[in-house]
Amino acid sequence: MPDITTNTGVLTSLAAQQGGVDIVLDHITKQYPGQQRPAVEDFSMRVEPGELIMFVGPSGCGKTTTMKMINRIIEPTSGSIRINGDDVLSLDGNELRRHIGYVIQQIGLFPHFTIAENIAIVPKLLGWSKARIAERVDELLRTVQLDPGTFAQRYPRQLSGGQQQRVGVARALAADPPVMLMDEPFGATDPITREKLQAEFLRIQADIGKTIIFVTHDFEEAIRMGDRIAVLSDRSQIEQFDTPARILAEPANDYVRSFIGEGAALKRLALIPVTDARIGSADAAAPAVTVDEHSSLREALDTLVLTGAARVNVTRAGAVVGSIDQAAISAALGSEGPARRAEEA
Amino acid sequence: MTGPQVVPSATTMLRTQSAPRRGMPVLLRRLMPLIVVAVVLVLTYVWVSSLDLDSIEQRTLNADYITARIGEHLVLSIIASVLVAVLAIPAGIAVSRSRSKVFRGVVIGIANIGQATPAIGVVILLAIVWQTGFTTALLALVIYSFLPVLQNTIAGLAQVDPSIRESARGMGMTPSQVLRRVELPLASPVILAGLRTALVFAVGVATVATFINAGGLGDMIINGLKLQRYPVLVVGAILVASIAVLIDWAAGVVEDIVRPKGL
Repeated sequence: MPDITTNTGVLTSLAAQQGGVDIVLDHITKQYPGQQRPAVEDFSMRVEPGELIMFVGPSGCGKTTTMKMINRIIEPTSGSIRINGDDVLSLDGNELRRHIGYVIQQIGLFPHFTIAENIAIVPKLLGWSKARIAERVDELLRTVQLDPGTFAQRYPRQLSGGQQQRVGVARALAADPPVMLMDEPFGATDPITREKLQAEFLRIQADIGKTIIFVTHDFEEAIRMGDRIAVLSDRSQIEQFDTPARILAEPANDYVRSFIGEGAALKRLALIPVTDARIGSADAAAPAVTVDEHSSLREALDTLVLTGAARVNVTRAGAVVGSIDQAAISAALGSEGPARRAEEA
Repeated sequence: MTGPQVVPSATTMLRTQSAPRRGMPVLLRRLMPLIVVAVVLVLTYVWVSSLDLDSIEQRTLNADYITARIGEHLVLSIIASVLVAVLAIPAGIAVSRSRSKVFRGVVIGIANIGQATPAIGVVILLAIVWQTGFTTALLALVIYSFLPVLQNTIAGLAQVDPSIRESARGMGMTPSQVLRRVELPLASPVILAGLRTALVFAVGVATVATFINAGGLGDMIINGLKLQRYPVLVVGAILVASIAVLIDWAAGVVEDIVRPKGL
């Protein structure tokens, strides 16, 4: 079997890629026997290395099925998938999955394994040495902000839902896979925990730069997290695939518009930092409340509305550097949208 | 016959699972079976000592005879239970893995028949068509105690959270790794509860082995009845009951020790 050597070579090269790699899905179709229409039909997409791609769509639209074909928990009926240029359908499924991080909504920690043992699962499958595993577990627990001394020897049921999902993320990152698949990972947590986990995950991703496919039905989450968002409809058809700002500014059709829902302008403001707007000179009459230049225009607007003032002062590292008014905020919204794209063209 | 089997094993499971977190009364409850058995045995001994035994009774109610019968009884029950474990757990795994409803139906159906048929009927029939003695009694016991272990293995595997199975697969574990490292450990409390039921069954049913000359405490009970020597009958019955209670107690302790931590 000459295939075996090639497979091992491909997997070794995959394992060596610690940042992200590119993923190409080429005309993927999944047809379940006995069903009239395919669950996923002719899905093609190219994901750049280190990108965080959000799949958004209603339940049953095939977004999860599409994602699960990448690590071959579900085998595609036709089409090809290439990770880092290599055809994954020719690899051994179990071996492949050890090199792709996988996080699911129900977390699926092993209840009879300690937290440390849970995180060590994939490294053990890959035959790492004990010392290397112990070191890695320690490092990962710190990465997800759980104190190893406190948590390593606990069992999953002794942790809160949010802590368990942190362990879920740590476990998926254990062998430093270049690709991560995340299926509504924060969906089962309360809104406050969810926002915290999202922010934490973005901070981790900024460091590690994995290529991530992230499935969600929550459009707000997609906007907050995604580098690009694929809005999917029935049979995993791509209605629009673009950056959050572009999708908000120029929804491709009514379907995408319905997904965005009310308040598209406000959602866009949340994506634009204060520094992108035209900042005027500092205003002595402005209220005591200020906004940092790194906060979003939405926060700036929020402050304006709350105080009823005409301008609010902008600070950099605590020092007032200028001020912003509603006109500047509106202008920033315009330049971020169609106007600026027209200029670019 | 399907209902009553699962219920006792499920309740024993619940009881032992909630047990370790309730302090002193638990210890007392834990030791209760031992205390009761000890008291009953002492009282029986005192009572028998006070009797004027005739020669027939003396031949039976002595340490050598009783030890030999208890030995036979335990060997029969324990070997039968080990065989049931070796046969019924893999059968349960095979049934869980199989997508064929026919296969599932056939295996559970046969196990149900084995259990539903009165044990004494199985023993006598086997003796008629085959032979008398230890092996036959053993086979009858295995047939009789097969169902609780089979059913609890199937139930134990079925109750493993599908998301745990999915995450195991998603991390690249092979199906046999998922079975050995995840599914069986998580199903083990339920499987052990089934084994415990089977063991207690076996102790009780092993009394009928006497009818086909396979020894055990059934000898004392039947002799006591036939010869109208009630002290012999009563001692035999008390010993069987005590052994059943002690075995159940020991199996409960083992369950607690073997249960994976974290559950």
